[in-house]
Amino acid sequence: MPYKWDFNTVLQYWDLFAWGLWLTFAYTLGSIVVGVVIGMVICFGRLSRFRLISGLSRAYQEVFRCTPLLVQLMWFYYALPLLIGVTIENYVAAMLTLSLYAGSFYSEIFRGGILSIDKGQTEAAKAIAMSDRQVMWRIIIPQAFKRVLPSFINQSVIQFKNTSLISVISVGELAYMAAVVNGQTYRPLEAFTIVALLYFIVLFPMTQAADYVEHRMRVSD
Amino acid sequence: MHSTDDQPILTVRGLTKSYNKLHVIKGVDLDLHRGEVLAIIGPSGSGKSTLIRCLNLLEIPSAGEIVYNGRSVENRFQSRGGNIGCGELRRHVGMVFQHFNLFPHKTVMQNICEGPIAVLKEPRAEVEARAMELLGKVGLLDKRDAYPNHLSGGQKQRVAIARALAMRPDVLLLDEVTSALDPELVGEVLQVIRLLAHDGMTMAIVTHEMAFAADVADRVAFIDGGVIAEVGTAENVIRNPSSDRLRAFLSRFNA
Ligand SMILES: Nc1ncnc2c1ncn2[C@@H]1O[C@H](COP(=O)(O)OP(=O)(O)OP(=O)(O)O)[C@@H](O)[C@H]1O
Ligand SMILES: [Mg+2]
Repeated sequence: MPYKWDFNTVLQYWDLFAWGLWLTFAYTLGSIVVGVVIGMVICFGRLSRFRLISGLSRAYQEVFRCTPLLVQLMWFYYALPLLIGVTIENYVAAMLTLSLYAGSFYSEIFRGGILSIDKGQTEAAKAIAMSDRQVMWRIIIPQAFKRVLPSFINQSVIQFKNTSLISVISVGELAYMAAVVNGQTYRPLEAFTIVALLYFIVLFPMTQAADYVEHRMRVSD
Repeated sequence: MHSTDDQPILTVRGLTKSYNKLHVIKGVDLDLHRGEVLAIIGPSGSGKSTLIRCLNLLEIPSAGEIVYNGRSVENRFQSRGGNIGCGELRRHVGMVFQHFNLFPHKTVMQNICEGPIAVLKEPRAEVEARAMELLGKVGLLDKRDAYPNHLSGGQKQRVAIARALAMRPDVLLLDEVTSALDPELVGEVLQVIRLLAHDGMTMAIVTHEMAFAADVADRVAFIDGGVIAEVGTAENVIRNPSSDRLRAFLSRFNA
């Protein structure tokens, strides 16, 4: 007997989906913004000629890139409070972890972009008497920005999906809401299909945009 | 500080440069006078680029002294005391590269104006007027709004020369500026340099164009193995070489 779809029951909880989607957006955008700031700081840290600074930046990158986000989330929510003796609210732990995680990947994307710019650009900029700071901000970064845009968008798409993991510490974003609705309706097929569709509808245009930017760059080079 | 006419604008004494164990420049003395055109010739790997890049501190010399207009050049950005840092030095000593190194994210006009506006903080209108003059001089008025990747090699190099000139330098360093060009585009760039020489621009020119060097240079220095093996008037060095090494080198260009 074929499965009888029943979306109506599930869609009665549309406000939960809407609220979950809103939170997913909020956590994603928030952690991208903070992650970009962290990423820039760590990127310059790694490029620093001071060994201590570049070493610490490197250590940060590796810790967050080489452990699962899920484990990081649980560590910040359950373990860190024991260490510092202060409880951490789940939304704080979620935002903090997502941002640190994003920052570790963004920093490496930014660094790759900066290092990919031809050395001749730096030399030409220095030859017209620019200071190191001017060389970086006027010549290197504008070119690197364009070059890292596709990777940046791709990483941000991953970030959007990764936000679903904060459901394990009971933050009510989209994936969490799917589980809630399923609990209320016993309609997992409909509930999770709707959520999957919502993710897809948001992210498909993003990956298309990344492809488009990448294509444009190949043409213009 | 006053400068007499016989004081060189740029002086090099005892210059050496090593990369780890590799000694590339092994003690060079050189004077460049105002209005003088010095051609630097020599075999590949002899240290021509290294030497000329030391003159604006794109390479940091291992030892020796560089004096600009009576002021000793120091390896730091800011000038200090009577000494001159590379920041100020490079305002007076411009450079043109073999591979142009134009800024691809900026138009021709923006490439030329970048230095005077961002570094010298000169008013935009004034700089742009000067840039138009320079574009006229290098024959590229119609390309002012083009991006570098829409230009031919010869056009790129002429823009690069205009970019250097926009800083109103006292000295221009040119490192094999026609070596990356298709043969039919070399002439238009050399023509611009001839014009500059005619206008009295002080230049140090690394080149493999012997006929051009003989024609435009007041003096020619032959670099071999990191030292200046021979230096003198173009007539003496290129037309009547005294050493076998130089004769052998020149024979490869039927100049
Ligand atoms: N950054 C560097 N690190 C190590 N060795 C270098 C570096 N730059 C140049 N060299 C070496 O120094 C020597 C001189 O190089 P340089 O580029 O000055 O020669 P050149 O006379 O300009 O040659 P060409 O005519 O091929 O341009 C070469 O042996 C080169 O390999
Ligand atoms: Mg060279």
